[in-house]
Amino acid sequence: MSTVFIALQTNEETRPIIEAIEMDNPEAVVNREPAMVKINAPGRLVIRRETIEEQLGRSFDMQELNINLITLSGNVVEDEDSLTLTWGN
Amino acid sequence: MDMKTANKKMSAKDKYRLLTRDLSWEPSYRTEEEIFPYLAYEGLKIHDWNKWEDPFRLTMDAYWKYQAEKERKFYAIIDAHAQNNGHLNITDARYLSALKIFLQAISPGEYAAHKGFARAGREFRGVGTQVACQMQAIDEIRHAQTQIHALSNYNKFYNGFHAFADQRDRIWYTSVARSFFDDAMSAGPFEFMIAIGFSFEYVLTNLLFVPFMSGAAYNGDMATVTFGFSAQSDEARHMTLGLECIKFMLEQDPDNLPIVQGWIDKWFWRGFRVLGLVSTMMDYMLPKRVMSWREAWEIYGAENGGALFKDLARYGIRPPKGWDDAEAGIDHMSHQFMLGLYQWSFGTSFHAWIPSDEDLQWLSAKYPTTFDKYYRPRWEHIKKLEAAGTPFKNYGLAKLCQCCQLPTVFTEPADPTLICHREVEYKGDKYHFCSDHCMSIFDNEPEKYIQAWLPMPALFQEPTNGDLGAWMDWVSLKDGQDNGDFADSQDRRNFEMWRGMATSNQ
Repeated sequence: MSTVFIALQTNEETRPIIEAIEMDNPEAVVNREPAMVKINAPGRLVIRRETIEEQLGRSFDMQELNINLITLSGNVVEDEDSLTLTWGN
Repeated sequence: MDMKTANKKMSAKDKYRLLTRDLSWEPSYRTEEEIFPYLAYEGLKIHDWNKWEDPFRLTMDAYWKYQAEKERKFYAIIDAHAQNNGHLNITDARYLSALKIFLQAISPGEYAAHKGFARAGREFRGVGTQVACQMQAIDEIRHAQTQIHALSNYNKFYNGFHAFADQRDRIWYTSVARSFFDDAMSAGPFEFMIAIGFSFEYVLTNLLFVPFMSGAAYNGDMATVTFGFSAQSDEARHMTLGLECIKFMLEQDPDNLPIVQGWIDKWFWRGFRVLGLVSTMMDYMLPKRVMSWREAWEIYGAENGGALFKDLARYGIRPPKGWDDAEAGIDHMSHQFMLGLYQWSFGTSFHAWIPSDEDLQWLSAKYPTTFDKYYRPRWEHIKKLEAAGTPFKNYGLAKLCQCCQLPTVFTEPADPTLICHREVEYKGDKYHFCSDHCMSIFDNEPEKYIQAWLPMPALFQEPTNGDLGAWMDWVSLKDGQDNGDFADSQDRRNFEMWRGMATSNQ
């Protein structure tokens, strides 16, 4: 299974987002590198708005991810409730 | 009492439909061929532009909102960097060479990408594509501007930053990146999308921005981390656009496959050669290194590129033709190119140096199968010459590849002791190449590449006529300041003096 990943800047805004990603993706591996956090997962990674909002304590627009996003890998499907990365092999 | 009720929010899909897809119209008094004259000539068949998918569904209003937020964050840090003598927080002044190469070769590439996407946005037919290209055009000019702005703080204190625009056009090593972008911009709109949107953004920018910016963080350079990550936050959207574009072409018509595959082969190799510059930055120019070029390639090249091509296999796409030769070059390229930069350092607007013993040790550990065998002995020899007062300088001119414009310093994929060199005769003239892949790119479009501007022949033309001093003036290179060995450079002296002043009361 190919690895999908997403990398976010290390800052106060992304801390709860990363926590949410860990909760929703038990297979995800979080790598903390200088100034960035890179999250790898086998084949599929899902980022859910609801989980982020619970961690953040406020409403969250999925497009806010754009501000702190560094890079990603995989086919992207996004709507207002989630962003999913997949490799179909 | 009035109760404030929130407006019912439109779904992202509806908003995207109204603010993007709904902006198009059917032409009534001009034909499509007149309005979009470049769509057909590359031979691609597109049947339904509405099948174009934009997974981020970013609309212009949201785009401005988030980009403004990114700019506010960027300028807050750039101001702090300037106000707090941020330039003295870097590990040491060797690091500046990486920034100089970035400003001279890469930032002008961002500007070229801006022009290219502005054009692609005009030439494509579908409105989803047009809007996505328009956003990317604005992103790319923002990247050029923020990079130039951030690095202008270093220009106040150090050499080599002052003439990046002239040097982009005239000095030799920058023409590697310049010719890459010129080649893309002078191609048709679909090939441009493969060149920049797919090969550069999806397959290669991770290798440029991610480990390098992480490296900037390791080396205390707040300004570069900030412009790097601010730019990279747009790249995720660009990569997705590139990937969607390739899927769109392949899904529209099976006849598109061989054309697309040919472009992937070509642009993977062209991009890989541009990364030759990046490999030296990662292995040699960061005083504090975050990972080796080899390690970065494993993660972002082999693993990520491998996953991508496995995914695209369902359309009949295979990995690029140069993939195996690229892999064979990974453990050699940074060393071969850095040895070149050292011996030609009289002609570079940045400093090169002999790696310290500690650096040599690190390189041995990171390249266990190649470094001690092929490259350490050469550095040791160069060190001996330096100690004897006869430093190794090569005042001969590098032979450049007609396609990628790198000096032909790389070796045969199967023999690291033999320089790889190919030659083609075309219409009575001889052309030189660094590899089979660059040669086959030329063979496919010779009339395009014989027009390439090459920096070495320019040295013998007006106005410099072969005079090295006149050439230095022409490329805005201040001899004794911008160029040469780091060891006795003004940049090194100044940095060490200022840092000393900043950390003591003398």
